[in-house]
Amino acid sequence: MIAERINQITRKIPAWPIYGVSLAWAVWLFYAGVTGLSGPDPIDALTNQTGILGLQLLIAGLIITPLRRYAGVNLLRYRRAIGLSAFFFVMLHFSVWLLLDLALRWDQIISDLSKRPFIMLGMAAVLILIPLAVTSNTFSIRRMGGSAWQRLHRLTYLAVPIAALHFAVGSKVLTTEPVLYLVAAFGLVLARLFWIKLRR
Amino acid sequence: MKLTASDVTPRALFLNRRAFIASMGALPLAGAARAASDLTPTSREDITSYNNYYEFGFSKEDPATAAQALTIDPWSVTIDGLVDRPGTYALADLLAGLTVEDRIYRFRCVEAWSMVVPWNGVPLAAILEKAGVQGGAKYVAFETVYRPEEMPGKGLDWPYREGLRLDEAMHPLTLMATGLYGDPLPKQNGAPLRLVTPWKYGFKSIKAISRISLVEEMPKTTWNMMAPQEYGFFANVNPGVDHPRWSQASERVVGAGLFGGRQDTLMFNGYEAEVAPLYAGMDLAANF
Repeated sequence: MIAERINQITRKIPAWPIYGVSLAWAVWLFYAGVTGLSGPDPIDALTNQTGILGLQLLIAGLIITPLRRYAGVNLLRYRRAIGLSAFFFVMLHFSVWLLLDLALRWDQIISDLSKRPFIMLGMAAVLILIPLAVTSNTFSIRRMGGSAWQRLHRLTYLAVPIAALHFAVGSKVLTTEPVLYLVAAFGLVLARLFWIKLRR
Repeated sequence: MKLTASDVTPRALFLNRRAFIASMGALPLAGAARAASDLTPTSREDITSYNNYYEFGFSKEDPATAAQALTIDPWSVTIDGLVDRPGTYALADLLAGLTVEDRIYRFRCVEAWSMVVPWNGVPLAAILEKAGVQGGAKYVAFETVYRPEEMPGKGLDWPYREGLRLDEAMHPLTLMATGLYGDPLPKQNGAPLRLVTPWKYGFKSIKAISRISLVEEMPKTTWNMMAPQEYGFFANVNPGVDHPRWSQASERVVGAGLFGGRQDTLMFNGYEAEVAPLYAGMDLAANF
């Protein structure tokens, strides 16, 4: 009943505001960093904020199908916007790290990428998300064919847990927040893999 | 005043005393990228609003508000172990007769950010002298007060513990801070008494000290107990020895803003001339 109600309401709400909100949010975070509103270490604040938003959106994207299957709530039309917004924040997060935090200190960037597991995990997640973002449009679905496209996009099951691990491994102390994302990411992916296996 | 073994200047420091004295002044060190003279203090606002003090929460913004719950008056420090005059000293008695000095020190967190802090305090050596360090003492162990009713934070094995080798403790740079920018130390910065060892990572600079023990064995320290492969006893700032999970080659400067970038981390946080003799011959990668 509630599911029907939600579906009725969302039928009238388009997906494009998600892009607008994401952009505005990013602009606000950047503004807070420039003006000192985000505190004494704005680079760290911006890195964390963009990373966490990216991770949250990635996890939100993974919730869409289970929500539809088990609760009857259909938010499928928002998934592309959620996924692309996630990619947007992930790329912002990566750019802040590269340009503002490490400030193009290439020797340290190379060293970090080759020696630090949590940086390697982050880089892996970024690389996996790129082809997914590039193909997040109707043209790609048509060009590749629905089932090939769907198989490619199963790479999210790899990218999201890697991103959650990146956050956890990079945290100085393992607090509740990274653990929650780990549980959500791995839980959702394992549930999906199990479902796929069942259907075979 | 009867001099004991602990009053003897460490040999290495004695032999290098001229270099040491020259570098303690405002003279720029030859070849040093950042000299003592160009230390611009970080703003008071930044120093007092960006604190790692897990007794009051994990977030760096937490201590500024949560630490106000700590009662710092009355305060006493228990000094025990291998000392002539063990006991529980009222803070005022501990500081009586000692001149509070202004010390502008670099502060480097293990998380790879740094500040410049204008501390006010007294040398630790002067405080230890009041208790009278005995010959057998090799290390100084410290404890932060632990008041669960005032400290809601979790995550580490309380009370917070730290320690120094005796020569590190007696070093002229080692300060017991009681103030900041000429004002009493704010609670989030470790009031009413905290250690400052500027050539070591910030976690060595234990806050709200309630106990000092002179001991023979290397004391257990909180971060080392938490993750021994990541946090060592010495924790000397060293751009050549990385944290297992991140590099220590450079640091962000707190207060430099969004476009502040980074600066190279200096060996011993820029205090190499003053403290390197303490570690002569030591493998600094093994003894991190």
